[in-house]
Amino acid sequence: MMMTTTSSFLWSCSLLPSQGPNRQTQWKRHEKVLSFSLSCSPKSTVKFYMNGALVSRQLSRKVAVSGVVRAGFELKPPPYPLDALEPHMSRETLDYHWGKHHKTYVENLNKQILGTDLDGLSLEEVVLLSYNRGNMLPVFNNAAQAWNHEFFWESIQPGGGGKPSGDLLRLIERDFGSFDDFVERFKAAASSNFGSGWTWLAYKANRLDVANAVNPLPKEEDKKLVIVKTPNAVNPLVWDYSPLLTIDTWEHAYYLDFENRRVEYINTFMEKLVSWETVSTRLESAMARAVQREQEGTDTEDEENPDDEEPEVYLDDASEEVD
Amino acid sequence: SIIKEMAASSAVTADYVLKPPPYSLDALEPFMSRQTLEFHWGKHHRAYVDNLKKQVLGSDLEGKTLDHIILNTYNNGDLLPAFNNAAQAWNHEFFWESMKPGGGGKPSGELLALLERDFTSYEKFYDEFNAAAATQFGAGWAWLAYADNKLKVMKTPNAVNPLVLGSFPLLTIDVWEHAYYLDFQNRRPDYIKTFMNNLVSWEAVSSRLHAAKAASSSSA
Repeated sequence: MMMTTTSSFLWSCSLLPSQGPNRQTQWKRHEKVLSFSLSCSPKSTVKFYMNGALVSRQLSRKVAVSGVVRAGFELKPPPYPLDALEPHMSRETLDYHWGKHHKTYVENLNKQILGTDLDGLSLEEVVLLSYNRGNMLPVFNNAAQAWNHEFFWESIQPGGGGKPSGDLLRLIERDFGSFDDFVERFKAAASSNFGSGWTWLAYKANRLDVANAVNPLPKEEDKKLVIVKTPNAVNPLVWDYSPLLTIDTWEHAYYLDFENRRVEYINTFMEKLVSWETVSTRLESAMARAVQREQEGTDTEDEENPDDEEPEVYLDDASEEVD
Repeated sequence: SIIKEMAASSAVTADYVLKPPPYSLDALEPFMSRQTLEFHWGKHHRAYVDNLKKQVLGSDLEGKTLDHIILNTYNNGDLLPAFNNAAQAWNHEFFWESMKPGGGGKPSGELLALLERDFTSYEKFYDEFNAAAATQFGAGWAWLAYADNKLKVMKTPNAVNPLVLGSFPLLTIDVWEHAYYLDFQNRRPDYIKTFMNNLVSWEAVSSRLHAAKAASSSSA
């Protein structure tokens, strides 16, 4: 294992999970990720070099200074007190939704991965690996739900709602016609997602409609905002999209405040809770990442894979051999 | 087909009507609260029925029985629009009738004999049913069902039920969160145990088994 670190880490307060530009590096399970605890906000992303590639990792776990990675994802609190979203989302809802549901996903995830090969990977890596092309491995539901809920708390804020601005508004208007059209379509998707699931605004910057080991580089017109609805624990990371915003439409998300009136919950979410700042920040990062990927793609397109292996995106749980 | 016959002879015959449970809304206390019945039956179940009515109005499904709609909109899993409301209306009526005040305990007679035959023991069936209900991730239902002269445990997502999968439903537990949220929050296993220990109407299950066997043998 070769790891070189830059003399100083690049700190950024990104609200995005890591989506390393070099997916090949990301999936090798032999390399342990080292995360370092910091004094700054838990939303920080640390970037470092590993095997010559710039890799970023969201800090989601405390580790010993010696670099030994202890198992255990944390239940991060929302970035506001549990009663701060009243009256639009009650304290009681946060107590249950964060304090029991989200907490249980994290605890069960930790039990599931302790001592396994997944121990030591970032949350996003666990999600992507265990999705396994839709034939989900046992840990997927807990991992994805842990990821989804953290993303959800950060998607809303006290005094939220209103309209986005800047690049985000420009792209919304470009890809949906108008902000109102976008809102209508987002609400329609969320209310028609039967059963348990999530509805997302995501930035899509890949050429094909499905994630693939090697994608042709996207053109400008392939990069766009999309609304997707997913069932149960699935999220758009698994299709190589960059999630920007989500609404949880599992019943537990709105039952105490709205009973079965999901439409009212969605309206309240859009009008009073959405944090457009957060969505904008995520968009900026997503666009930057897309550009970075293209640059790297251009650089390495004709090079031979140094390890003489095929890029591996999905891990076959039966073996670690590559095709 | 046998299923269509069985569907026709099943206890669920009230079409597009929000039938009240066969007990008062507080009769299942303390195991299932009146508040839960008020929401679950009074709002969720009611909404499925109301929305189904709106949906079929003016379409070629109008006037058809609930069972017909379910079987014809399942479409091998590529669900047509009316399926969710129709199946949920059916499932909920079946669910209320699967429970009774003072329920739970063990079955007896032929039902017990078949459970012991097909699961080795009642306890093994209990565990399997519990596990199915607990592991149906997201929204759905767990079932005891009858097919090919055998009892089996099934779990289904969202609105799907054994009718569309070629089996006769005998018992169900609703594991959508709205079914247990007010009483158990996220503690689904506690809800399932309470259902099994204190709510299941084995009489209803037995009479459904009887009907299933009669329907099977009459078309044999």
